[in-house]
Amino acid sequence: RPLLLLLLIVTHQFLQFRIAFGSVNEEGQKQEEFYEELLLKPLPDRKLLTHFHFQSSAPHSTSNGRHHHLFPKAISQLVLKFQVKEMQLSFTQGRWNYESWGGFDPIPSSNAKPPGVELWAVFDAPQHLIDALWKDLTHTLSGLFCASINFLESSTAYSAPEWSFPPASGKLRYGTLPREAVCTENLTPWLKLLPCRDKAGISMLLDRPSIYRGFYHSQRLHLTSTGSGSEGMDPGIILEQTLTVVLQPDSQRASLAHASEKHIQPSWSLSSIFGKQISGRCVLAETSNVYFLLDRGLVAELEHIENEKSEENVLISEKFWNNPSFELSAKPDRIFIEESSLLSKNASVLYKFEIEKYSESEPFDLGLFWKTPVVWLCQQAPLHASRFLMGSGNERGAIAISLKSTQSSEGFMGSNSNDERCELRVDVFQVVPWYVKVYFHSLQVFVDQQPKAVSDIIEKIHVSPSKDKVSPGVMELVLTLPCSVSSAVLTIEFDKGFLHIDEYPPDANQGFDIPSAIVSFPNFHARMEKSPVMSYTEVLLVPLTTPDFSMPYNVITITCTVFALYFGSLLNALRRRVAEEERFLKDKGKFTSWSRSLSVLFRMWFS
Amino acid sequence: MFVCRFESFDVYFSVVCCTAGVLALFLLPVLAKNTYISENALMPGSASPMLSNQHVSDGNRLVKDLTNPNSKSSETGIESHKIIAQYMLDLGAEVSFHKFHPQMNQFHPLHFFSSPDSGKIQENYSCSSYGINTVGIIRAPRGDGKEAIVLVTPYNALKSGFGEALSLGIAYSVFSLLTQVTWLAKDIIWLVADSQYGEYAAVAAWLREYQTPKFSSLSTPNAEMCPDVNNLFELKGHSISGSKFSNSFRRAGTMAAALVLKVRDQNEQFEDTINIYAEASNGQMPNLDLINVVNYLAVHRQGLRVNVEKLWSLLNSSWLKSLGEIFESLAKVAKSLYPKWKFGIPATEYVEGTATLASSLYYQALGVPTGPHGAFRDYQVDAITLEISPKFSLDKVWRNDILLRGGRLIEGVIRSVNNLLEKFHQSFFLYLLTSPSKFVSVGVYMIAFALLIAPLPMVAASLYVDANSSSNCSKGDSSIPSAITDTDEHSIAIRSWRWLNSAKLVFIVHLWGAIVSLLPYFISQIPDCSPTTSFMIWVLLSILSLLTLNSVLASPLACAKATQEKEWALVKSVTISSVFIGLGLMSVINFATAEIGALLMVPMCLLAQPLKLDVRAGTLRSFCRMICNLVLGHIAFPPAAFFLLKGMLDGFGNVNVGDFWMWVESLWAWNSATYLFIGMVQLPCWVLCISILFHTC
Repeated sequence: RPLLLLLLIVTHQFLQFRIAFGSVNEEGQKQEEFYEELLLKPLPDRKLLTHFHFQSSAPHSTSNGRHHHLFPKAISQLVLKFQVKEMQLSFTQGRWNYESWGGFDPIPSSNAKPPGVELWAVFDAPQHLIDALWKDLTHTLSGLFCASINFLESSTAYSAPEWSFPPASGKLRYGTLPREAVCTENLTPWLKLLPCRDKAGISMLLDRPSIYRGFYHSQRLHLTSTGSGSEGMDPGIILEQTLTVVLQPDSQRASLAHASEKHIQPSWSLSSIFGKQISGRCVLAETSNVYFLLDRGLVAELEHIENEKSEENVLISEKFWNNPSFELSAKPDRIFIEESSLLSKNASVLYKFEIEKYSESEPFDLGLFWKTPVVWLCQQAPLHASRFLMGSGNERGAIAISLKSTQSSEGFMGSNSNDERCELRVDVFQVVPWYVKVYFHSLQVFVDQQPKAVSDIIEKIHVSPSKDKVSPGVMELVLTLPCSVSSAVLTIEFDKGFLHIDEYPPDANQGFDIPSAIVSFPNFHARMEKSPVMSYTEVLLVPLTTPDFSMPYNVITITCTVFALYFGSLLNALRRRVAEEERFLKDKGKFTSWSRSLSVLFRMWFS
Repeated sequence: MFVCRFESFDVYFSVVCCTAGVLALFLLPVLAKNTYISENALMPGSASPMLSNQHVSDGNRLVKDLTNPNSKSSETGIESHKIIAQYMLDLGAEVSFHKFHPQMNQFHPLHFFSSPDSGKIQENYSCSSYGINTVGIIRAPRGDGKEAIVLVTPYNALKSGFGEALSLGIAYSVFSLLTQVTWLAKDIIWLVADSQYGEYAAVAAWLREYQTPKFSSLSTPNAEMCPDVNNLFELKGHSISGSKFSNSFRRAGTMAAALVLKVRDQNEQFEDTINIYAEASNGQMPNLDLINVVNYLAVHRQGLRVNVEKLWSLLNSSWLKSLGEIFESLAKVAKSLYPKWKFGIPATEYVEGTATLASSLYYQALGVPTGPHGAFRDYQVDAITLEISPKFSLDKVWRNDILLRGGRLIEGVIRSVNNLLEKFHQSFFLYLLTSPSKFVSVGVYMIAFALLIAPLPMVAASLYVDANSSSNCSKGDSSIPSAITDTDEHSIAIRSWRWLNSAKLVFIVHLWGAIVSLLPYFISQIPDCSPTTSFMIWVLLSILSLLTLNSVLASPLACAKATQEKEWALVKSVTISSVFIGLGLMSVINFATAEIGALLMVPMCLLAQPLKLDVRAGTLRSFCRMICNLVLGHIAFPPAAFFLLKGMLDGFGNVNVGDFWMWVESLWAWNSATYLFIGMVQLPCWVLCISILFHTC
């Protein structure tokens, strides 16, 4: 049972899902709004998570016409033209490390994305128009973000999942490009959508070399439009732009210090990780805040350390910003504490810093200085999903999705884990390109190393088999596993197909990608999130048979040679009359020497 | 008339072709080309090595800890595994242990060409016999995790020499560097293979688990139940980065390449050298680019000498030296005639090239992998074994030097492979090495083989035509054939179908060959059988089965007709065609086997003629032919050929009858196609040739 719904948070203005009611101007009309936020969170493996969040909203109105004050026109045009109801586009480089960086909090569960480009969109249009709208949308986005999103246009590249995303009754399209490289050329157009670009406010921190040096980089754009349909009214649009970067703060101290201090977390400041400071807010923003989050595990660990020294809870006391474990360089404006739930008495702590107070003369630079070594674990999704290929050779293989229970899941299930009726629901969504011909009947399920009948475990299954060169194979599964499960494996076999020579991409010998599978846990909701906890598996690389691309050239060369030899000798044999030539020579024996040499030349030419 | 001319023509043709084929084989070292890096993306040595003395001292620390007598106190060697795992964890790598039960090699008659399976679950697993592989994985910081590079160091915790510890030290220093670098695009897997049950078995077990895992563990006793193993997992308790350690099997993506690193314990040579072993099962080779990269970096960057395996006994042979000198002088003459012809190589180089080529051919023909890298090739992963043999001294400076140079070499190779966007495909997969920097590609060495087997179909056809018109041609002298042909259509029809009898005989003998190749499966089931007795049983059973088959299947009609004139010619014709088919098929599967087989069988097949005829003829030519036939009849018998080869290589003193059984056992244990070739092509061919020799006509 989702006990997690009890997890309520004291403050309603948390990071995301800000329900923008908007301010009301004199005429009683809602105005366009813009918010900017930055979240900083230390990660257990000596890294730092920085999460930028920008939200622009355009109200649902007629008065604006086609003009906007803050809201990017490109986006509103796109929404109008393609009747987009909801859309999410992400560009990601690197992998989210679910084991060290957690998989349960809102940030990993909605911002950890598969490598490359992922796009899904829900259209508010009749069923038969949707494919055409999707194609146009991919081209528009491709131009807008300088990326090859237009490759999602081909019907082999996208799919229409039924349940795996917010139910959209067949109006949703989903596509990924795992091989798309992400760089500044994608970031610049993304920044252009912000009212202050990167000239003022929090986005000033986005120093390109620093953010691309990170271990994980995901830039996301999410838009929702509301209340369209009525004639002449523009839809209200909410545009959320997030950028999640995992960075490793440089720490000179670690190398200098002796072994005992080696495990101390590196200290950092905004200026040391980005090389820049925030000199004031973006004046167009309603609010401009920086948050510093200590997650549950870390808070518990810190309290443990402090309790050894003093009785009172220092984290929220007066001297919280200079406590025995760490020291913050700035004084937070507010502190939020997550309401303790029944299950875990630990709660995460959030420090809020308002940028409005700071200016160019007095820039904001948050720094953290660790005093004692701390070791903690991030909260993980109930099951850790990984996927791998099995088999070898160019003929066939199998995909295995393995789900392993994480230690923390015991905490989630708590007392219920002994209950026999307790069930853990897992949704799996997997798209497979057509040249990997999956045999859906070969699906096998192993729970705790015992083979199980598919019907016992799988509650619902939706399969749309691939059509050669037309559409990819899609598999959606709803699994119900016992809560006490420690490992579960799904395997499915496939044959490797053959492509036509002009269907091979450049660098065909690299292999072909199978996009990430999405594993979601509908019973679990991250705090403040309506969507369930989701995690993406690895992208797989399938080596397919590739022809020798120089073969056509070789064949042409050798056939031409053979033909030349054949026709040459044939012609020679046909037109040459030996007896006649001899007679001719005999007759003209008295010819002068020059004419003889001419005839020799003539014969050489034709023989 | 035409037929008779044809016969004389085909004798010349076959003599010329066979000589040319053998000559072409000996010319291969001369024709070898210099290797070059074919794949531009590899860019070996374009970046300066980053491995510093800091990493070397890290590696040294591990070597010291491992060679420390305290670590060897435990009987199962678990302590040293713990040390290695702890070192890996300290670097921030993901670590896991992989427990495996060594799988005994068994004869699976039908498994020769099948892909490796996940292995049978054996009943007699016990806690006493299991190995532990320690696996560390570095995830590429910005990579997408689709590909991985594997570094393998075999390590026997129970009786490890200093060399093994040193190889771990080298691998560790590279590993510690790779945790810090930013250029990594592929994940790095470091596999410390527990070699107490053999290096190959450990690596193969890990690969089997990686590629074809078994998810269902039925009621067989698991290694987890054994107390020692549980002991192993206590490691995570005191580890600082606990989440990095797990007892589940960890994976990275598709393997791009694998390097097996070994350090030999003793060496008497004057230089630090590296031996490259590349041959995998059934003569498969890794992509030549991998060898090129290692060779380039070792020679031009680290100043190490690179060796590939040679047949040492050939190095001192005088006839090879004189052959080399002949080629050299020929090349000089050619150069004086036309200065642009530069194909000669010095005689000493020729001898070395031939020795290397011979060993390259031999190991490919054997079809048994020359090291743990062979396990990777079964999964289409390019892999080689690098064996560093340092000039031995106990000096600490020397040890640092070998750590630094070995580490930089490995770093360079990994960096090159890391640069690859595509898998290895540019360079050759089919080649023979004549030196680490010279190779003969398939287009060149096929010529020798093609020349050798070219006369076979020709001779078969001529013999067939000859035998059919024997009444005409053999009676009349060569000048004028009789114009009178046999008008009896019935007898013509019978004669034109006469070859079916011979075909039946050939078929029976090949069937017998198949039975003989299956017999070891049953013989190996007999408990407590020494190799010699097994071999004897095998020989006895083979002879018995041949006699039975002959008496059951060979019809009396055939015996009656066998007295017919030129019957042997038809048998020879069908034999030759079957040999041609067999050699052609084998050349696709394992070229080297086919080449060596052709060297033995083609002369024997072509020369075979009833001894009686030769005795009757009494000329010098027939006498020579008789001698040749007798000699070849002895040499081409597989056991005889084996003993001869073994005697030539190791001296005749220690040749034992059981050795052949052991050799054959190793062939089928490694699923070598050579075994099938010997059983189903060479042995029947030999039997048929012998039957032709003793034909009563």
